[in-house]
Amino acid sequence: MPDTLLKPSRPVGIVGYGSYVPRYRLPAKEVARVWVGGRASGLPIKEKAVAGLDEDVVTMSLEAVRNALKRAGIDPAEIRAVWIGSESHPYAVKPTSTIVAEAIGAAPNVQAADMEFACKAGTEAMVMAMGLVGSGMARYAVAAGLDTAQGKPGDALEYTAAAGGAAFVIGPAEESLATINASYSYVTDTPDFWRREYQRYPEHGNRFTGEPAYFKHSTAAGKTMMEALGTKPSDYTWAIFHQPNAKFPQRAASLLGFTPEQIRPGLLSPVIGNTYAGAAILGLTATLDVAQPGDRILMVSFGSGAGSDAFDITVTDKLPERRDKALKTQDYIARRTEIDYAMYARLRGKIAMK
Amino acid sequence: MEIPRHWRLNQQRYGLVGEVCPHCEAKIFPPRDICPHCGGEAKTTYAFNGRGEVFSFTTIYEAPTGFDETAPYTVALVKLEEGPLVTAQLTDLGETRPEIGMPVEMVTRKLRSDGDERGMLIYGYKFRPVMR
Ligand SMILES: [Zn+2]
Repeated sequence: MPDTLLKPSRPVGIVGYGSYVPRYRLPAKEVARVWVGGRASGLPIKEKAVAGLDEDVVTMSLEAVRNALKRAGIDPAEIRAVWIGSESHPYAVKPTSTIVAEAIGAAPNVQAADMEFACKAGTEAMVMAMGLVGSGMARYAVAAGLDTAQGKPGDALEYTAAAGGAAFVIGPAEESLATINASYSYVTDTPDFWRREYQRYPEHGNRFTGEPAYFKHSTAAGKTMMEALGTKPSDYTWAIFHQPNAKFPQRAASLLGFTPEQIRPGLLSPVIGNTYAGAAILGLTATLDVAQPGDRILMVSFGSGAGSDAFDITVTDKLPERRDKALKTQDYIARRTEIDYAMYARLRGKIAMK
Repeated sequence: MEIPRHWRLNQQRYGLVGEVCPHCEAKIFPPRDICPHCGGEAKTTYAFNGRGEVFSFTTIYEAPTGFDETAPYTVALVKLEEGPLVTAQLTDLGETRPEIGMPVEMVTRKLRSDGDERGMLIYGYKFRPVMR
């Protein structure tokens, strides 16, 4: 069998990481109050993060990237790519990445593009950045994934579709706070979730989103990568899975043989919801916030359509000195203002003004 | 349409980029190429650290066209750590009531859209209560 791992010839890693979660929280019981008469059994999460009126994927990306740069401590003029994954870019045509590249001082000597692959657009950008740095074409590349996701009012997705995300400065392994030893991608044509051009809200195949989509791709990606690397779950200190709700990542972890303790620091969906392209990588930032040198981390993203990217990461002795240089993911989660459904409707532009 | 003007202002607006006077070290914002303190030529770019405190503030309930989507909002005169005073909106106040002397930090946010929903989005600096 051919080597299926995606692994650069020059070792690469994470030189800096940063996250962002907006301050507003909509409790799932508020959605239930408005749409199902308050029936509160089986809510998928406790509450979700909602962006403010003046926030979008551009402003959120900027804060996450600035945090990553604070930890990296590099000259932005040495960045040769800014790649941002999202399904909620503010413009249909005009890249988010050009605005971010200019604002951080990386323009004009830079590649800039927006990635799209539902909830795995952020890890897609990370693999591309690994390739650019690993080939020697660039010393640094920025990869980010953030969303301000929308569910149709009253739909199951409205309970969880949330805002937030993370960014990484990818660079040479010897400068990294965590090396990325290898990655592996598993992709098939699976119609579990989609949104057509000009449509405001996505459609999904209900039951089809579980077994043949999320679980099949997440477990295949994790399992195949571990087999190729000759590793087993107990070799990893921490693990992170895409988190569309609270249950799915816990079940994926258990199917692959990971313990609840291994996924604990990276399991954020119960308190911030599903941040789509930001979900798995936000979990990675929260894990890096508590990890120690030598810790090994497995991360598996999932994007509808469908596919998963798996990563094998090892923390280096550079992490402790860098992690306090920017706000931690839990700092953002602790900053919390609860809102009701009416304020949510205003913040998310669901009130028709004309 | 004011596209060229927006483009020239990008650096200054996204990142609070001003100037430092090579003669007297004064930090200058917005950039004006002449030092307001010593009158010397000052063209050296300087990126402000974004921290400051509220010097005075007022809340706007009847917003001008283009800003009405976010009303009511609070506008403050912020004294930057490096000296200059800048006028900007406060954001992410939550339940926090703004007060004079409140420590704030710069964030880049959506200021408005140029015209209707077909226009360009204008991003720029605002200040929020410091997070740590
Ligand atoms: Zn001077």
